Order: sequence, then C-alpha cells, then structure tokens
Amino acid sequence: MADLSSDFVGIKSPNPFWLASAPPTDKEYNVRRAFEAGWGGVVWKTLGEAGPPVVNVNGPRYGAIYGADRRLLGLNNIELITDRDLYTNLEEIKRVKADYPDRAMIVSIMVPCEEEAWKAILPLVEDTGADGIELNFGCPHGMSERGMGAAVGQVPEYIEMVTRWCKQYYSKPVIVKLTPNITDIRKPAAAAKAGGADAVSLINTINSITSVNLDSMSPEPSIDGRGSHGGYCGPAVKPIAMSMVSEIARGADTAGIPISGIGGITTWRDAAEYITLGCGNVQVCTAAMTYGFKIVQEMISGLSEWMDEKGHSSIEDFRGAAVPNVTDWQYLNLNYVAKAKINQDLCISCGRCYAACEDTSHQAISMSAERVFEVIDGECVACNLCVNVCPVADCITMEAMAPGMVDPRTGKVVEPDYANWTTHPNNPSVTAAE
Amino acid sequence: MTQSPFTPGVAAGRLGSADYADNFSDLHPALDAHEALVAADRCYFCHDAPCITACPTDIDIPLFIRQIATGTPDAAAKTILTQNIMGGMCARVCPTETLCEEACVREMAEGKPVLIGQLQRYATDHLQAQNVHPFSRAEPTGKTVAVVGAGPAGLSCAHRLAMLGHAVTVYDARAKPGGLNEYGIAAYKTPEGFAQAEVDWLLGIGGISIEYENMLGRDVTLVGLSAEFDAVFLGMGLGGVNGLAVDGADKDGVLDAVDFIADLRQAGDVATLPVGRDVVVIGGGMTAVDAAVQAKLLGALNVTLAYRRGRDRMNASVFEQDLAASKGVRIMTHVVPTAIHGNGAVHEIEFEYVNNDMSGTGQTVRLAADQVLRAIGQTLDGEGLPALEHGKIAVTGAGRTTVDGVWAGGDCAAGGDDLTVTAVAEGRDAAMDIHESLTGAAG
Repeated sequence: MADLSSDFVGIKSPNPFWLASAPPTDKEYNVRRAFEAGWGGVVWKTLGEAGPPVVNVNGPRYGAIYGADRRLLGLNNIELITDRDLYTNLEEIKRVKADYPDRAMIVSIMVPCEEEAWKAILPLVEDTGADGIELNFGCPHGMSERGMGAAVGQVPEYIEMVTRWCKQYYSKPVIVKLTPNITDIRKPAAAAKAGGADAVSLINTINSITSVNLDSMSPEPSIDGRGSHGGYCGPAVKPIAMSMVSEIARGADTAGIPISGIGGITTWRDAAEYITLGCGNVQVCTAAMTYGFKIVQEMISGLSEWMDEKGHSSIEDFRGAAVPNVTDWQYLNLNYVAKAKINQDLCISCGRCYAACEDTSHQAISMSAERVFEVIDGECVACNLCVNVCPVADCITMEAMAPGMVDPRTGKVVEPDYANWTTHPNNPSVTAAE
Repeated sequence: MTQSPFTPGVAAGRLGSADYADNFSDLHPALDAHEALVAADRCYFCHDAPCITACPTDIDIPLFIRQIATGTPDAAAKTILTQNIMGGMCARVCPTETLCEEACVREMAEGKPVLIGQLQRYATDHLQAQNVHPFSRAEPTGKTVAVVGAGPAGLSCAHRLAMLGHAVTVYDARAKPGGLNEYGIAAYKTPEGFAQAEVDWLLGIGGISIEYENMLGRDVTLVGLSAEFDAVFLGMGLGGVNGLAVDGADKDGVLDAVDFIADLRQAGDVATLPVGRDVVVIGGGMTAVDAAVQAKLLGALNVTLAYRRGRDRMNASVFEQDLAASKGVRIMTHVVPTAIHGNGAVHEIEFEYVNNDMSGTGQTVRLAADQVLRAIGQTLDGEGLPALEHGKIAVTGAGRTTVDGVWAGGDCAAGGDDLTVTAVAEGRDAAMDIHESLTGAAG
C-alpha cells in the first residue's frame, strides 16, 4: 500500500492534497468539514490587516464556462480576501489547528507592501500554531488596485523584499504564491528564492472575462450592468499552470525550489501529473467548489491505486520524474517519424478525422463510398489532429516508423540517430556558425 | 364506471378518465431546454453524415443539432423546414429507428443514437409555438396548380409551389385537412391537435386555398382539373382497403383498422368509443400496430395482432413491435384467418398455422373475438387516373405520370416507402419539377 504522506518543506500532512486559499477555507466551519472529509491540509483564506475588513460586492462573484451537460470547465471570481475580522480568523485558526494537529494549516497573508504591516501581522499568525504562511502575491482583482496581490507579484523586486521581511519576522516556512499574469514565471520565482522563500506555489488565477451578456452588453458576472475582470481557474487552466510549473522546475535560477502545484486539479490523475513535474504537493479549489469536499476520497484512492500499480511507495518516488523530459522545441528529435493509423475495428465512420485533415491539414486521409477512412502515409505528417478530434479513444494512434524504413512522404530513410534543429541544415544559425 | 375491461362484447367506457388521459398522452414527451442541450451535445457533427443520407427529405441533421446546441432552436427549425415543411409531424411519426437514428454513428458505436427525432421536434415546436411562418412567397407567377389530397404529399407540394409564387388550390375528400396525419396515425403520436395546428401554420405561407369534401372522381375529375389548371399534383393516398375473403367476414364487429383509427382520432372523448373485450387485429404493418395498441389503450382486455409471416417480415418496425408488446398486445405469427364465427356478431376467429412459405399446416386455432380489425393493406381507388404500376400511379423522375401536366406522389404513387416523410419528399420534389416545367427556371 503506497504511503501518501507528505512532507513539504517540513510541513507534514497525511496526503499531498491541500485546499487552496479561497472561499472553501474562509472559516472554521468549512475547514473542519474539509478535515473531516480527509483533506491533508488547508491554506486559510487570505488574511488582511487588522481593522475594518475589506468588503465584497453584493452581486454575483463568479462566472463560468461549461462543457457538455453544464459540466463546469472554467470558473472566474471577483471575490477579495477574507471579509471577516482578522482576530476572529486568528482565533479560529488556532482552535482548528489544535484539534487537527496532523493536518497542515497554512495561513495566506496579504498586507500592504510596507515592512511595518508585515511586522505587525506575522507574530499574530505565529501565535496560532499554524505550520507556515503563504504570501498572496497573486490576487488579480480589487486588491491589486490597492498595491497588493498581483501588483506585488508582478514586480520581482517587491517579491524578494517582502519575502525577506517574512523570513525575518516569522520562524516557520514561507511559501510565495505566484501570479500567472506576467510574461516569464521564472523571474518572480527566482525573486522568491533570492528572498529566502521556502517554496513557491502556483498558479494563482488568470485575468479573465468568462462571457459577455449579449442582451445587457455587460461582462459576466454582472454587477448592476457592469463587470470587471476576474480570476480564472478550474480544469481549463491546468495546461497553462503545468507549463509554468515545469518552467520553474527546470529553470537555471529556479530549479530545486519546492513547488506547491495549483491550477485545475480535479482528479488524482491531475495531481499525479503535477507531482511528476516537480511539485511536492498540490492545492485544490475549483473541484471542491464544484463537487464538495468528498472528492478528496477519489483523489486519495486513485493516487494510491496508481502508485501501487507503478510500484511507487512514496510521493518522492515519482516527484519530478517528467521534468527531464520537458525540453525546448529545438532539442526535439527531428529524425523521429510517425504516421497515423486508424483501427478499422474501432472506427465508427463519423468522418471527423477526414473533415479535419481534408479541410484544415494535409489531405492525408481518404474516404471511400462505404465510409471507410484510411491514412495516406505519403501525405501524413503525423500532426495528431485526427487523433485529437476522433471521438473514439485509441481508434487512431500515432505509430513510430522504425529506423531503416522509407518515409513515403519524403522518400527519405528513417535515420536511427537523434538529430535536432540546432544541427539541421535548414537552420540559418547553423550556417552562420560555420 | 359501469363498464370494465371484463365487460363482454363491445363496450365504451371500460376505463377511468385518468387512465384514458394517461394512455393517450404523448408517447415521447417533449424534451425540455436542458434535455435538448444534453441530447444535442452527443452529436459528433459527422462529415457527410450518414443520418442525412438516411433521411428521405435530406434534412441537414448535424447542422440543425449544432444550431440547437448553440442556443438557436429557431435557426435549427428553419434548417429542418427548408427541407421538410412537415418536420414537426415527421419528428413525431417517423420510424427514426429505421431511418436517421439507425444510421447514426453512435448507434453503431454504443447502440444509443443521438435522439434526432426528439431534437427535431424540440426545434420545430419552438418555432411553431411562436406562430410565425419562416418562409415568404416569391412574386406571383400567374400560374395555377391543383393539388388533390391535403395529406403530407399534397400539402408539402402545395407549400413549395405557393412559396415559389404559384396559386394553389387543394381538393380533399374529407372535411378536414391533414390526410393520414389527421385520420390515420395513432393518437398518442400526435396528441393535442398537433396535426391541425401544423396545417394551420403551414398555410401561413399564403396562396393556398383548400376545397373540402371534394373527392376526385366524385366531385372533380382529373380531366376537368387539367383543363382548369396549369398543372395537377395527385396526392390523395390510398382510399380503399383490402377485404378479408373468409367466411363470416360480414359479421358485426368486423371493421377496417383505418376506420377504427379515424374514429378514434376524431372522437372528442375517447371514453365514448366502444371497443371489444377480445380484439383481434389482422395484419403486420404500422396501421395494424396503431390499431392494436389503441384498442388496448381503450381498455380491451385481450388484444392479439395476428400476422401471416414471422416477426422479421412485419412492416412494422421492431420499435413498433416492442411498443405493442409493452402495451400488452400479443403478437401471433404464422397464422392466416380461415373463418369468422358468430351468430350475427363475431364471437370467434379461426386461423390456420402456416409455414414460412405460406403453405398450410392443417393445424387450426380459434381465438375469442368480439372485434376483428382488418389491417391487411390499402388500395388505390378511382377511375380515369394515369397509368398504374402494381396498382399505384406509375411515375418517373420527380413524380411525372403518364399524363402530361400531371404529377403524383405519396402513397398513391408507385415506388418509395409509404411513410409520411417519403410523401413529404415526393410532394416537395414534384413541386420543384412543376415549377421548372411552368417557368423554365431550375430551382
């Protein structure tokens, strides 16, 4: 039986599934329910300065995009940090942590970019007995207009400075949460590292407008006829987040910094993928907001089953296993040749592969009067579009050509050796170097 | 309730009013908006889709389903109605399980086709509920066309001709339009007066007048119509029925299934309709099933559908056979009636068991019967018609008969399945050919 226990920068939890800082972790009631349901840890919804708390809009806070049967694919929110009193939150954190000592309790914080503000709040958080803090440098709406959240996360120097203050005034691990609303995710990650951060977590939400109401001409969610960009999350953002995670995992200035992966994690499989890209644990929000806390049971059982099947006894066994295989385009093997192959036994003759290839690709699929679809190897560039549009799993596959075979499209023999763009004769840089 | 299913003989009011209402409600309740979106999402938008090929009216099914999925059911309805002006009725009565839904690739993949028929109904109902007619007439051509029969073939032809700018006069033998849609289809397939509502909506195109209770051969003649109009389309269906050539076929309680169904469709209150305790329907087609199922729904205790061949040879689709079985109709095969017994009224019907090649076995069986419904085929009535082929009007191309200026389509014309949708297609195509012939314009 696989051991799912997690030790993330010294913070222990029975499994690597944490709830991200968000509405599900805004108060004691929810967090107790989360722990009862089996979540390994929570990042308490972001605390602000003492004093009158922020206010939220009193209209809709969320917008969504849907797949079939109104399956929620992407969610956007314009909610701010906690709108409850700081001391109420601190008391609740202390109580819950005392009752669940084996679970990870992280406190998300966002206060103005002034040393005094951090110096004031950090001892209060330290006193709760929480296991660490997460610096919210990612919130893309509302708080950023006040010089906090993403406004800090978009300036690496600020990240480094604030991180340094936190390490100075707080004794436990400091996790820096990064905004994806920047050009190069490696820069803020490197700044966090330089400031002494114990880890980074990413991604926070992406600037977004989920839809426009074509009657009122207002973006959704609409507050009295007007809308603001919100933060996008959910299954739709996972590819973006994983790319950013991989950039940090393999970046020269960032490799090695512990990563807490966030972004569209909905199933155990999503979590496993993040971990193979180097994440020590994962944080979940939208999936819980969509289906409730119970989904963690599937995540735990699924990851455990898969680890047993693959012979992994701990998370560390496969953490980062995919990182060496993430490379730059220029290093991809140009001598690798594949062709699409259609399994006629599985084919249901819908013709989508044909329409896609004929209209938008390489005219490499033939269609007979009897609706038999076949790949024309002499035209197929193995682009994979037919595989992607086929409604039947595994009906169309990409088959590698063995070295020595002749590619009927190019007339060239498939070479056994690896060769990439950096040495390709068509590369002007190669010529220039000679 | 003084009568019950056990009441011997032929009696009305065998059931309670709630049972009647339940029995004659919609066979397939309409999809609501969310159900339609879910059903529409299953469509793969196939290339050169097999469902289109399978549809006698060539409706662009993937396109209309995508239009539903993207929230424009009225655009979907226009896609349907452009090809098939009776798309609303066809959505209800088409044997989709042997047409578009049989061809659906998801039928092949999972045994569960996209619900094409129900989606078509969703779209057409959505548009027709607004009582708007989506098509407009072309400039008047000054040409006149007579259409005989206000059923699916005739109305489809009339609508297309009117849309193209011709003035159309429709002659129908009955007091109401609709043909078999109004008189010949099971009530639970088209409840709530849909047939009349659809005709009213269809006539919204303008340029069509209908002369009711004008029967070809009785009130008007083909020669007269040909002289008066620039073209004539014959779409009067099959007015005659095959008789039952056995001893006792003239006894009380022996009826034509088409009359039984017509009476039921025209009845204001089905509780007033008499039905036997023991009903035997002879035949194996859609009419036989419609009659048998409705006899059961009217409260008959025992209903037997007796067919001379095996179930695989029945014209009624497997879906229809299963529907009959699910309503409690017993399907008896390989039997031919040999005699009807009774003293004045039918009391029993006698069959002989026959082999697949119809040779007799010498074994007989008697069934209790106080009603026998004949559903063994319909025939073309009338004289002075164009040349016939196998008892129907011979046609070439888009319904051209042997008489110049006279076209034919629907059940009265040779060739094609005797389906509503086929009649609509034939009426439409004949209209296009008439138009071309009258104006010299293609399309």
